[in-house]
Amino acid sequence: MALLQISEPGQTTAPHQHRLAVGIDLGTTNSLVATVRSGDAQTLPDEQGHHLLPSVVRYAETGIEVGEAAVEHAVIDPSNTIVSVKRLMGRAAGDLKSLAESSPYLFSTSESAVPKIHTRSGDVSAVEVSAEILKTLKARAVATLGDDLVGAVITVPAYFDDAQRQATKDAARLAGLNVLRLLNEPTAAAVAYGLDTGQEGIIAIYDLGGGTFDISILRLKQGVFEVLATGGDSALGGDDFDHTIAEWILEQSGSKKVPSASLVRLLKREARSAKEQLAHVDEVNIKVETGDFFWQGSLSRSQMRTLIEPLIKKTIMACRRSLRDADVTTEDVLEVVMVGGSTRTLAVREMVGDFFQREPLVSIDPDKVVAVGAALQADVLAGNKPDDEMLLLDVIPLSLGIETMGGLAEKIIYRNTPIPVAKAQDFTTYKDGQTAMAVHVVQGERELVDDCRSLARFDLRGFPSHVAGAVRIRVTYQVDADGLLTVSAREENSGIEASVDVKPSYGLTDSEIETMLRDSMDHASDDMHSRMLREQQVEAERVVEALDAALKKDGDELLSDEERNNIAQARVQLLEAKAGDDAESIKAAIKTLESACADYVARRMNSNIRNAMQGHSINEYAGKDQE
Amino acid sequence: MAITLTEPAAERVKGFLKNRGKGIGLRLGVKTMGCSGMGYVIEFVDEINPDDEVFENNGVKVIVDKKSLVYIDGTEVDFAREGLNEGFKFNNPKEKDQCGCGESFTV
Repeated sequence: MALLQISEPGQTTAPHQHRLAVGIDLGTTNSLVATVRSGDAQTLPDEQGHHLLPSVVRYAETGIEVGEAAVEHAVIDPSNTIVSVKRLMGRAAGDLKSLAESSPYLFSTSESAVPKIHTRSGDVSAVEVSAEILKTLKARAVATLGDDLVGAVITVPAYFDDAQRQATKDAARLAGLNVLRLLNEPTAAAVAYGLDTGQEGIIAIYDLGGGTFDISILRLKQGVFEVLATGGDSALGGDDFDHTIAEWILEQSGSKKVPSASLVRLLKREARSAKEQLAHVDEVNIKVETGDFFWQGSLSRSQMRTLIEPLIKKTIMACRRSLRDADVTTEDVLEVVMVGGSTRTLAVREMVGDFFQREPLVSIDPDKVVAVGAALQADVLAGNKPDDEMLLLDVIPLSLGIETMGGLAEKIIYRNTPIPVAKAQDFTTYKDGQTAMAVHVVQGERELVDDCRSLARFDLRGFPSHVAGAVRIRVTYQVDADGLLTVSAREENSGIEASVDVKPSYGLTDSEIETMLRDSMDHASDDMHSRMLREQQVEAERVVEALDAALKKDGDELLSDEERNNIAQARVQLLEAKAGDDAESIKAAIKTLESACADYVARRMNSNIRNAMQGHSINEYAGKDQE
Repeated sequence: MAITLTEPAAERVKGFLKNRGKGIGLRLGVKTMGCSGMGYVIEFVDEINPDDEVFENNGVKVIVDKKSLVYIDGTEVDFAREGLNEGFKFNNPKEKDQCGCGESFTV
């Protein structure tokens, strides 16, 4: 008998239709996988009950080891044991020069742009190493959930650039995981605390891990988190606390000798354990005994605070800088979320609380909070929640549109629309017998295509020939959760289709987006004028073209010379107006031409009907009605 | 007859309800679905309907609609752990046969 989980009212899925999705916190030091079961997000342990998987991969003679097993061998087999691979993600060979000098790995000098680490199993890239970590987490999830995974939400630091994000996605694909989306780590932490459904405002995420510190200032607005600023220190964390305490022990012992590597390791382990205990008790006894080294003594909470205060102050400085970058003050901050194991240290909580002048949120295990948030998001994206509970986490920064006749940009998805989103619009042909249509995808707020950014062009060809306006072409714009735009065009009668994928944000910096937005404000009235003018010009062209076609067909037959002259005169006037730049006078000229043609149009219609009915009796039509 | 929750199951349900922040109990039932005809329903309850029966078990309200009760009367729901997986288990005396995966059953 299968084991069942509790569903939300009315949401029970049929057997074999569970949609299991997980959240993965792919960390520098440790990784975690979490999922939502019975409405509760929880991290998943391995067979030994460990939730944290050390992000360490060892290419051993017997195969690949990930996690604890690899950690144990890091010391004896350093060149085949890869730690902190996250720091290498999405980096080019050139970026790694400085890193390579301080790391034990042998980087291959391959001709490819992607740096590879030389191991006994061959050269491996950072993506491949990360994929091993993800594979291990995936196996854990599948064993726990006993079902197929729909996909995963993987978290990345807010400061990750496109290349680093892409590398993370590549690693997931290599591990056989379907990435529902990448989520910023601070956003995940905020989601875990349910802040996405809370009050709108500024939220600070203080993330102090083992070896890195990140501060992110987010703004929640209409259910969307916007990253206002990020800051931190990639070489500051709980390990530095341990180091400082270890040095203190060494100093207290009075030992003058240069400590051996193994003594340093032992001291750090003792320091770490003392630090962890001091989160619960006021004072700990420490005893270090090895070879010719012996020290016994005690460390109080306040002593430790004095020791590590300079380090915590560095994080506070970074917080201050980030607030300034975000152009907000501590009073604007509604909530402070604590992430990372080192935020268990009481001195950290106190100093952060003092700085932001509010009690930081600590109720969720700070090691797990990011994974929990990712799991909640994965659950929603997998479709396990009703639509109205859909989390809105990202918006489109600039409108996405299509070029229409006259070089006008018709917006299909407006800026600030939350993603994922799909919008369709129907277009038709402009000329009789038209069998192809060019689709030009543009981005921006301006009315004319020339003022927007061109993203892609493609043609939809070979649909059946019809009179203008009779063909229906549905153009669909779809933006997935990662901001990837897919534009497809489909002629509805023949089913002919064409599509293209683009990454709208690619190569655009925030300041460029801002410039584009500001331009659209500055040129708002010009743009409106241009749009109206172009619209009238296109309309004028269409009217003239239709008139010419009609005159050619039955003009001689249905019109007197005088009538014909009048129409010709109005036609010339319209063409003159069209050449000018006054939308109103074009509009008036179109009206004049239309009224000059009114009788002609009526006569054409009558004659068409007469032709159509010739040889048929009225009864036939009446009969049709009765059928 | 009645529906019962074992103590471990009841404790779990209480925990989940507390985390969820709302809900008055646990709905058990059946739905015609799956490869062997019927599947179990196990959901949180925010509202009790007129045709529901309510059983109180180890401090948890178990709510079953009258139609489902015919199929699951006498069932004991347990919380079990199998390897890395954990979840709720229906011990239904009326169950005759299950599909291979055990997610659906016949009576």
